[in-house]
Amino acid sequence: MSQDSLKRGKVPSSVGEAYERWRKEKYLPASKEAHRPEATFTTVSGRKIKELYTPDDLAGFDYFLDLGFPGEYPFTRGIHPTMYRGRLWTMRQFSGFGTAEDTNKRYKYLLRHGQTGLSVAFHLPTLMGVDSDHPLAQGEIGKCGVAVDSLADMEVLFRGIPLDRITTSMTINAPAAVLWAMYIAVAEKKGISPRVISGTIQNDILKEYIAQKTFVFPPHPSMKLIVDTFEYGAKEVPRWNTISISGYHIREAGATAVQELAFTLRDGIEYVEWALERGLKVDEFAPRLSYFFNAHNDFFEEVAKFRAARKIWARVMKDRFGARNPRSWWLRFHTQTSGVSLMAQQPYNNVVRVALQALSAVLGGTQSLHTNSLDETYALPSEQAVTIALRTQQIIAHESGVANVIDPLGGSYYVEALTREMEEEATAYIKKIDDMGGMVRAIELGFPQREIADSAYWYQRAVEEKEKIIVGVNAFEMAHEPIPILEIDEAVARHQLARLREVRRTRNKTLVAHALSDLKKAARDGQNLMPFLLSSVKTYATLGEIMDALKEVFGEYQEPISY
Amino acid sequence: MPRKKLRVLIAKPGLDGHDRGAKVICRALRDAGMEVIYTGLRRTPEEIVNAAVQEDVDLIGLSILSGAHPILFPKIMKLLRDKGAGDIPVIAGGIIPEKDIPRMKRLGIREIFLPGTSTQDIIRWIEEHIGQGKPKTKK
Repeated sequence: MSQDSLKRGKVPSSVGEAYERWRKEKYLPASKEAHRPEATFTTVSGRKIKELYTPDDLAGFDYFLDLGFPGEYPFTRGIHPTMYRGRLWTMRQFSGFGTAEDTNKRYKYLLRHGQTGLSVAFHLPTLMGVDSDHPLAQGEIGKCGVAVDSLADMEVLFRGIPLDRITTSMTINAPAAVLWAMYIAVAEKKGISPRVISGTIQNDILKEYIAQKTFVFPPHPSMKLIVDTFEYGAKEVPRWNTISISGYHIREAGATAVQELAFTLRDGIEYVEWALERGLKVDEFAPRLSYFFNAHNDFFEEVAKFRAARKIWARVMKDRFGARNPRSWWLRFHTQTSGVSLMAQQPYNNVVRVALQALSAVLGGTQSLHTNSLDETYALPSEQAVTIALRTQQIIAHESGVANVIDPLGGSYYVEALTREMEEEATAYIKKIDDMGGMVRAIELGFPQREIADSAYWYQRAVEEKEKIIVGVNAFEMAHEPIPILEIDEAVARHQLARLREVRRTRNKTLVAHALSDLKKAARDGQNLMPFLLSSVKTYATLGEIMDALKEVFGEYQEPISY
Repeated sequence: MPRKKLRVLIAKPGLDGHDRGAKVICRALRDAGMEVIYTGLRRTPEEIVNAAVQEDVDLIGLSILSGAHPILFPKIMKLLRDKGAGDIPVIAGGIIPEKDIPRMKRLGIREIFLPGTSTQDIIRWIEEHIGQGKPKTKK
């Protein structure tokens, strides 16, 4: 401040006061001539954004309480002290299509080109726990992922892949425990101990009822099965993440960023409560809980969401659940760029969208990342498209320089204000669901489902009224040019059905029948089902047979229809 | 003769659980003054056709994102004809590769709406091609 201005008595007494003056004298007069209406200054979630953020937006902000240091509570700046200076995030492209042979080939291709972890996409019949020869599987075999009916398919899927050196994530929910048992069995057949294998099963049934809708059993037995995997994993497969609590699908279904944050963390709280109810000790299983978020279009809002998530979870685990082990306080997460943000129109633009979304995940401190391919509004990605998606991550990691420094946006008035706002709003939502009696109850009441459908409809209207501009869709349109896409041959279905018939023909039927009857008995008696599932899959009992046995005991979930 | 509201069945064949689009369409058509019946997820061709016949709808909208349309759409169209309901117009939307569109249209599907289509365009299409609903008939 110059002597001159001091003499003239213009020193403002606070930044807030100075900001008000600037806004009145400079910003508002100038914005009267501006072309862009105020209504457009909102995030993709409809959050109003101010024109400028100053220290005044961070009243009461405490560096130690709100941020701290990387690797230290409350982990706002990252869970590891070194973050990407120590090790880059895991580049993990979600993939699966056709038969186990087709997908095994794609995995080897991706690993050869620098991918560092596997992520299995199963076809819809597997996700729903039915075999490929079930009537509902018609037309679906190998379409949305790889067809897995029995251990025989899993053996082919991981042929020639070193399960002791690679980590594998499996997107599987209602039948997660069964597919995990198959993976453990494959490792054992390769002579690898379950104690050294590592990876993740999604195993998050709550978001299935809320958003993704691949549920099978009703909520209560589903939750029991999930706690079985926590208990078994803690003892027998200690390096496995037994759940990936997922906001991804909640967001894709139309939730706002805050709804994604709040519903996902409240799901996490629900799992912890059910595990404690079983008698597990929080520090035994909490370090194996992991998260999965969406990286959507609004860059800063997404960065703030990831930072707020870590901070809220650390506090919940420490204060609400009394966890002592710092690893229980860590919110470790995988990120996938947003599928719904991809557009069929001018599809090459999707590469740019994905790059920006991926950058937000990296600046938000993700542990692993999937970047979508440009052609995914049409079909599963082609090899060329998935290569560009992987290269996008490699360019961010190795060329942009953003991985050289930890939490580069920390201290930005805007990002810190957003982080705090989202923390407050998510905490209020969590409290609301607590008051309803928890997430299972809230789902039964249809609460999160309704909130999401409302947000989805709001967003669609905003796009149609051009309050939200989507390049190539409601602005800057062009004549359409088709792109090459991956096709799944109907021969895939024939191959898969042939293998399934072969499995049923060659296995020992008596062993299968015994294993399934033991499984049913254990389910009725309320025992931990993991050992029984392992015995069942090893007899080559199919996924559909195992799920049918459990349906007899647990029943099936019927969703109330609403829109 | 008084005209009743246009009755539309929004149906989800296939195993996928992606109901965001179907639900948005349901609300938009309802807000445009139509009567909307939503089947819910994972309906078989038989269930969809039975619902269309029982509810005496003026239009069927199929939403599918699983890739099973080449198998399921022909089944639905055939079942409609078998049940004497071949005159109910059918439209579809979801993840449907462009090269499949001519084949789907040859099956008799009147229009396919791809991702990014505005609900207003769909409503306009319905008003132009289907009109205001059948005249009320005494049953």
